Amino acid sequence: MSKILNVDRLRKSYSSGGNDLTVLEGISFAVPSGTTFAIVGPSGSGKTTLLGLCAGLDTPDSGTVEVCGQDLGSLTEDQRAALRNEKVGFIFQNFQLLPTLTALENVSVPLELQGFRGAGETARTLLQKVGLADRTHHYPSQLSGGEQQRVALARAFANRPEILFADEPTGNLDGHTGQRVVDLLFDLNQEAGTTLVIVTHDMELARRCDRILRLQGGRMLEPEEPSKP
Amino acid sequence: MKQNSVNGKRAGISWLFRMAWRDGRAGLRRLALFMSSIVLGIGALVSIQNFGNTLEDTIAGQSRELMGADFLIDSDRPANEVVQQLMDSLGGPASREVSFLSMALFPGKEGSKLIRVRALEGEYPLYGKLVSRPLAASAAYQGEGRALVDATLMVQFGLQPGDSIKIGNKVFPVGGSLLEAPGNTVVSTSVAPAVWIPLRDLEATGLVQTGSRLEYAYYFRAREGQDLERLYDQLDPLLDAEEADMDLHTDTSQRLGRRFENVGRFLKLVAFIALLLGCLGIASSVQLYMKEKRAFVAILKCLGASRRQTFFIFLIQVTAIGLAGGILGSVLGLLLQEVFSGVAADFLPVELAWAIHWGPVLTGMGLGVVMAVLFGLLPLLSSWLVSPLSVLRIGQPDPVLSRWLTGAVLVVVAAGIWAVAAGLLQDPLRALWFVAATMAAFLVLGGMAWGGMRLIRRYFPHSWGYEARQALLNLFRPNNQTLVLVVAIGIGTFLISTLYFTQDMLLARARLEDNTPSANLILLDVQAGQQEGVAGIMRPMGLPLVENIPIVTMRLHQISGRNVDDLRRDSTSTINGWILNHEFRVTYRDTLIASERLVAGEWVPRFVETTGPIPISLSDNVARDAQVGVGDTLVFNVQGVLMDTRVASIREVDWGRLQLNFSVVFPTGVLEAAPRFHVMTTDAPEEAVSARFQQELVRAYPNVSVLDIRQLLGVVGDLLQKLSWVIRFMAFFSILTGFIVLLGAVRTSRFQRIRESVLLRTLGASSRQLLKITALEYCFLGAIGSLMGVLLALAGTQLLAYGLFEVSFVPSAIPFLVVFPLISLAVLGIGLLNSRAVLRSPPLEVLRREGV
Repeated sequence: MSKILNVDRLRKSYSSGGNDLTVLEGISFAVPSGTTFAIVGPSGSGKTTLLGLCAGLDTPDSGTVEVCGQDLGSLTEDQRAALRNEKVGFIFQNFQLLPTLTALENVSVPLELQGFRGAGETARTLLQKVGLADRTHHYPSQLSGGEQQRVALARAFANRPEILFADEPTGNLDGHTGQRVVDLLFDLNQEAGTTLVIVTHDMELARRCDRILRLQGGRMLEPEEPSKP
Repeated sequence: MKQNSVNGKRAGISWLFRMAWRDGRAGLRRLALFMSSIVLGIGALVSIQNFGNTLEDTIAGQSRELMGADFLIDSDRPANEVVQQLMDSLGGPASREVSFLSMALFPGKEGSKLIRVRALEGEYPLYGKLVSRPLAASAAYQGEGRALVDATLMVQFGLQPGDSIKIGNKVFPVGGSLLEAPGNTVVSTSVAPAVWIPLRDLEATGLVQTGSRLEYAYYFRAREGQDLERLYDQLDPLLDAEEADMDLHTDTSQRLGRRFENVGRFLKLVAFIALLLGCLGIASSVQLYMKEKRAFVAILKCLGASRRQTFFIFLIQVTAIGLAGGILGSVLGLLLQEVFSGVAADFLPVELAWAIHWGPVLTGMGLGVVMAVLFGLLPLLSSWLVSPLSVLRIGQPDPVLSRWLTGAVLVVVAAGIWAVAAGLLQDPLRALWFVAATMAAFLVLGGMAWGGMRLIRRYFPHSWGYEARQALLNLFRPNNQTLVLVVAIGIGTFLISTLYFTQDMLLARARLEDNTPSANLILLDVQAGQQEGVAGIMRPMGLPLVENIPIVTMRLHQISGRNVDDLRRDSTSTINGWILNHEFRVTYRDTLIASERLVAGEWVPRFVETTGPIPISLSDNVARDAQVGVGDTLVFNVQGVLMDTRVASIREVDWGRLQLNFSVVFPTGVLEAAPRFHVMTTDAPEEAVSARFQQELVRAYPNVSVLDIRQLLGVVGDLLQKLSWVIRFMAFFSILTGFIVLLGAVRTSRFQRIRESVLLRTLGASSRQLLKITALEYCFLGAIGSLMGVLLALAGTQLLAYGLFEVSFVPSAIPFLVVFPLISLAVLGIGLLNSRAVLRSPPLEVLRREGV
């Protein structure tokens, strides 16, 4: 199986109060296409930083990240943005919907950025799939947390991404709603055949993935195959 | 991956506009507030420009009617043979006029009045209207030997057609009142109203004699298709040599246009300051707006939008705000120009037709866009630096533009302001000064505000009660707009206070002149033999003879050994032309007067030698224009007698004083025997005595004219009041803009205030305490801003007073007692009104409603 995400000897540090703080060190792994992959670890272990680097939202001090065969280090910021637009989907803990746009418009944006003509129709179909057909013209502030995350799900799949990054997708939801959203995420993912990379500290959720990467103090522990429930 | 697909360019321009609209529509009310801060400034500018264009068009379209002819030839002496021949070659004048100032008496009525006599012959005006009541009087006055009297004068003295007016020795029956005549304005006729008489009756008045200042004018109608400019080029040099002058109808309108251009320019600058103030509001609002949009930008970038795309979305929004502000401002400006028309009506010899000029309207719209983008540029550019990483939980620092980029943008902003100012003033150099001065004022106010805040922080009043301390601390909260608000309030207050202080300074100057022997009646054209008689009328009425100044008229014959005629012909001569043709009114005395200061040479009080050139004193401007210095020789032609003189001293003369000043002063002992006339001054403390004296004087000496300073000051005061009204009106725009900026700031920081209030409430603060904190915060803001404005105005005016006017003055208390508290109160009012919802509602309701 081809590798859609290749991470090699990644290092990232931040300067804080004049001191260098190493957040990630010697991270290397690969994610085969079409699989699900969880990154777990306690708070401050560097999970989100790793996700940001993998998605090309940030640049490493050293090491390489390849997404869909493209070395992110060789791309400019705008080229990385274009790559995200075409190949990558996102789900965030805080939903990160555009507050001034309706649900339908939020889902349309990735397609519109591609210059896709039927963006509205596709977005409507996606909203229907996540059970929000009657909420298309609502603004994020008019939706509940679960509904907002479902809009975010629809948006994440709108551009038919090859890889989807989810950062604590249930972190801001109650248990029941979180469960519904996760089910939906896995269903849609299976249907679309997308590679899923989830950052979470929820081991329940991590165990639903094909592989788990454990981080601790910025270093990776051995990857493991979860025992699926 | 194909290159074009990683450039993120596939979403077209229409998508940018769509996104700008989608994002903007939710905050329309807030965006409208940004916009309103520039509406007033643009409105003021458009109104002045549109009014200026209307005026220009009207004047240009009616230039013949303004002059009453196609062109005229005028001189202060009757046409000599050469001039007569030239006029004959033009087919002869259609009309002739001799005009002069004189006193008029009204037999059977009390009082006398200084008037401008216009003795006319022929069909003047050749163009335009001469409207009288009764209507037929204007056509008949020449034939019937009657006088047409200015309508205001008729009312003032209760005259009716058929009554009499005595000018010099002749009594004219009044034919009718003059309602409209070419070139007449309320202002121009208020000092010396016009009385028209037939030219053939002039001789009978007995007023044409030595020393009479008569002006001769010959009005012409051009031949069909005649090239007037060419005619002017041909004739003017010839006429100049004969001390006559040619004026085309277009010159009159241009002169008039220029006069109003200066006032317009000044008003435009005041309006421009209001606009700049509004722009500061835009800059501060856009900065806060972009800060709030950081998450929006980050999400978009995360979803694949390029830096350029996100930048353009907000650029489009700011441009649209600017355009909307420009359109609204232009509409407001068109409505406002009525105000200027009303004020200007008294100054204008034409009736204005209200019209919309697309130039100013388009300028207004363009200005809205340009200024909004210029001032929004710096915060807009910060969107470029927002990292998509902000969408994750990692705390991202505020994007900071590099120093060189910030510097480059500031240079672009300054250049933009300069370009706009240069466009408005049509004068790049003056615009540069204006921009420098404005920046200095803004910087000084900004610096004062910054320094003041530092001082407060450094010497924080820890002993104050909790509410006062919290209110003071609020001024330093993150994202505070304290500096911008203090500058906005300060500039508005500065403008208003400057007006008051300038008024004080001018009054102080007038008082300074009071120290010299004061006089309120100036008697002109007193013949040498009439001095005793005039003094004889003064004495029994208890009127003092304050001054008795002899005047001898003369012309230059030679300058430093060269004949004036040669100099006139010499095309390489750089001596100013007016010197060669001017009839100098010269006095002689043995002392300097208060308005003079010796700058070179030696003052010679008396000439005792019998030989050698006479030592005279020149004013510095005459010495400069004649290109002579101390020791150079001049020969004057004193009514046929040539007098050798030598420049013994040069004086600096303060021409601005309401006092008789002279450019050439002779020592005593030379001109006493020359044909001369006198100007005498006296002081009549009561108006009734003044009127009685004028009447008796005119009866005894009809050739003597009286300039009533009290009346003149009344007229000047009226004018100044009107002008200062307009200026105050414009300054009011700045204050209002300052309030709008304040309103914008209060509303944009609402979210933050609500958070603070809710937090304080949750911790147990009462409504009363919250109200006190909010009220005190605005009190501090208003007080700091307005106090700095007043202080800066005071410092500026004092500098002007010492540096330029050389007076010291005690500033009036109005800015301190009225302007300062009023503006502070207004700031408090605006602040509290907009915080009502925050203060009244329970915390949970507020949290829900505001979506905190």
